[in-house]
Amino acid sequence: MIGEDDVRYVAKLARLRLEQDEVARMTGELAKILAHIDKMSELDTADVPPTAHVLDVVNVTRPDKPRPSLSRADALRNAPAVSDDCFRVPRMG
Amino acid sequence: MTALDPLRLTARVAKRLLVDGEISSAELTKVYLDQIAAVEARVRAYIRVTYDNAAKYSTKVDREMQAMRGPLAGLPIAIKDNMVTEGVTTTCASRILHNYMPVYTATAVRQVWDDHVVMLGKTNLDEFAMGSSTENSSYQTTRNPWDLATVPGGSSGGSAAAVAAGEALWALGSDTGGSIRQPAALCGIVGMKPTYGAVSRYGLVAFASSLDQIGPLTRSVYDCALLLQHIVGQDPNDATSVALPEPVALPDAERLDGLRVGIPAEYLAAGIEPGVRARFDETIARVEELGGTCAQISLPHTEYALPAYYIIAPAEASANLARFDGVRYGYRCADPVDLLDMYERTRGEGFGPEVKRRIMIGTYALSAGYYDAYYGRAQKVRTLVRRDFERAFADVDLIASPTSPSVAFKAGSRTADPLSMYMCDICTIPVNLAGLPAISIPCGLSDGLPVGFQLIGPAFSENRILQAAHALEGAIGFAPAPTFCDSGAVAPDGGGEAAAEWSPQPGGLCAQAWKEAQE
Repeated sequence: MIGEDDVRYVAKLARLRLEQDEVARMTGELAKILAHIDKMSELDTADVPPTAHVLDVVNVTRPDKPRPSLSRADALRNAPAVSDDCFRVPRMG
Repeated sequence: MTALDPLRLTARVAKRLLVDGEISSAELTKVYLDQIAAVEARVRAYIRVTYDNAAKYSTKVDREMQAMRGPLAGLPIAIKDNMVTEGVTTTCASRILHNYMPVYTATAVRQVWDDHVVMLGKTNLDEFAMGSSTENSSYQTTRNPWDLATVPGGSSGGSAAAVAAGEALWALGSDTGGSIRQPAALCGIVGMKPTYGAVSRYGLVAFASSLDQIGPLTRSVYDCALLLQHIVGQDPNDATSVALPEPVALPDAERLDGLRVGIPAEYLAAGIEPGVRARFDETIARVEELGGTCAQISLPHTEYALPAYYIIAPAEASANLARFDGVRYGYRCADPVDLLDMYERTRGEGFGPEVKRRIMIGTYALSAGYYDAYYGRAQKVRTLVRRDFERAFADVDLIASPTSPSVAFKAGSRTADPLSMYMCDICTIPVNLAGLPAISIPCGLSDGLPVGFQLIGPAFSENRILQAAHALEGAIGFAPAPTFCDSGAVAPDGGGEAAAEWSPQPGGLCAQAWKEAQE
């Protein structure tokens, strides 16, 4: 059963700040959703291969030739902060 | 110029009027802009109407009709706001992308732009396409033009409501677990999810990459085929896209002789409203009147599809949405103390409740110690769901079901219980897990609200589905139009209204007109 500590831990993994009221609400909601999901454990899937993709396409390649790509200006156009033609971010903690 | 009713005009007829010179693209476009002016304040289907683009580009098409004569030239369209459009903000109805100005255009949109379709605007959706009512939009709750107290479905609710309300001739949406078909059903229009890979996903902001697919929302099956023709194809920018084995044909069937239709017992087992069931049974009777045969079939793993979907889709979403971190685009929180603080607060403030829920489910399911029990098992259940369909299609040509267990529900009536909202897609989700094509067509009303009829086919059977749907559409003769009545809301407003600081940034001209203007 998922608890508030699990929710805080997973939120940390997901880089998601949750306020205390969100943690409480999320814990209840996730418990209910996961209980529904646990229905899957009724099935014996030991010998069933997994499906990651429905199409039988594997290893799609193209010639290894340089092609035009996004310009530096376009790549930076939406950045919240830029300096010296780079994305600017706060210092590491 | 003849008086045109935007609630009834099809692309097929509009195209003929354009080609015959009875109407200009500018006049046709104005029909929709006028309807937007008349009803958009109540329906709220659009996040952004690209007035300038629509007026300028339609005029250009008229001026250069000879050079631009293409099968879709001059026909106006609405685009779901999770497909990137160069020069027009693309928000995914999320705060985190409220100011995002794409520097390229999605392949499917590029294809219709290259055909000189006129873009009317970008439509509302559940944030990042996660939801079944558009109530998860960070900006506005779109209302269903059949009853403004009800939701249009989702997540392509803006596109569906725009078409149903006569605010667009047709539209593009995306479908991850039913997000084209369910809103099409609730709004009384046609919606199709093509076979996985048939339409490029390049430029469709990724939700669940192994399930997402772009498709048409239209007023007729013929229009659906016409639009589908122009968005399919292999794209070097999407390695999962494939060429259809045969071109999409414009449907002309009036009979269903020899067609074997399977009715899955599990889809009708529980939770289907009586009115929906009645319309479904009548439509099945029509299949037989038209020469088809119907037989009950079994898709035994149906009840496990929803649990598997609610691991696979959130798991993929949690990975896909990792890119929204305040570094390269979109919202960044104010005054972060360090990098980690910026990541966490940007995402905590930028994402809405449903998106957070799915990121949490997905991250949990992929985390150490839980992977095999959840994600690994869900992928195996996905195989079982696929095999159910493969076995069924050994005996039948198509599978029929209601598209949605219910008609449009009141805004606010399901927002408190996420699981009850997830149940909206019980008849559509298995189709995405198996990557199959499916269509929803209107098959009548229940309590004055539209009911959708779903036809599912094997992979790449788009033409078979379209032909059958066309014949059925003719026999059903669905004629009513939405009334814009309001039966009164359960809640004053089910969805969040955007605070001024979050409203989408001014978008300027769309590249479609902007590029032309530079020439």
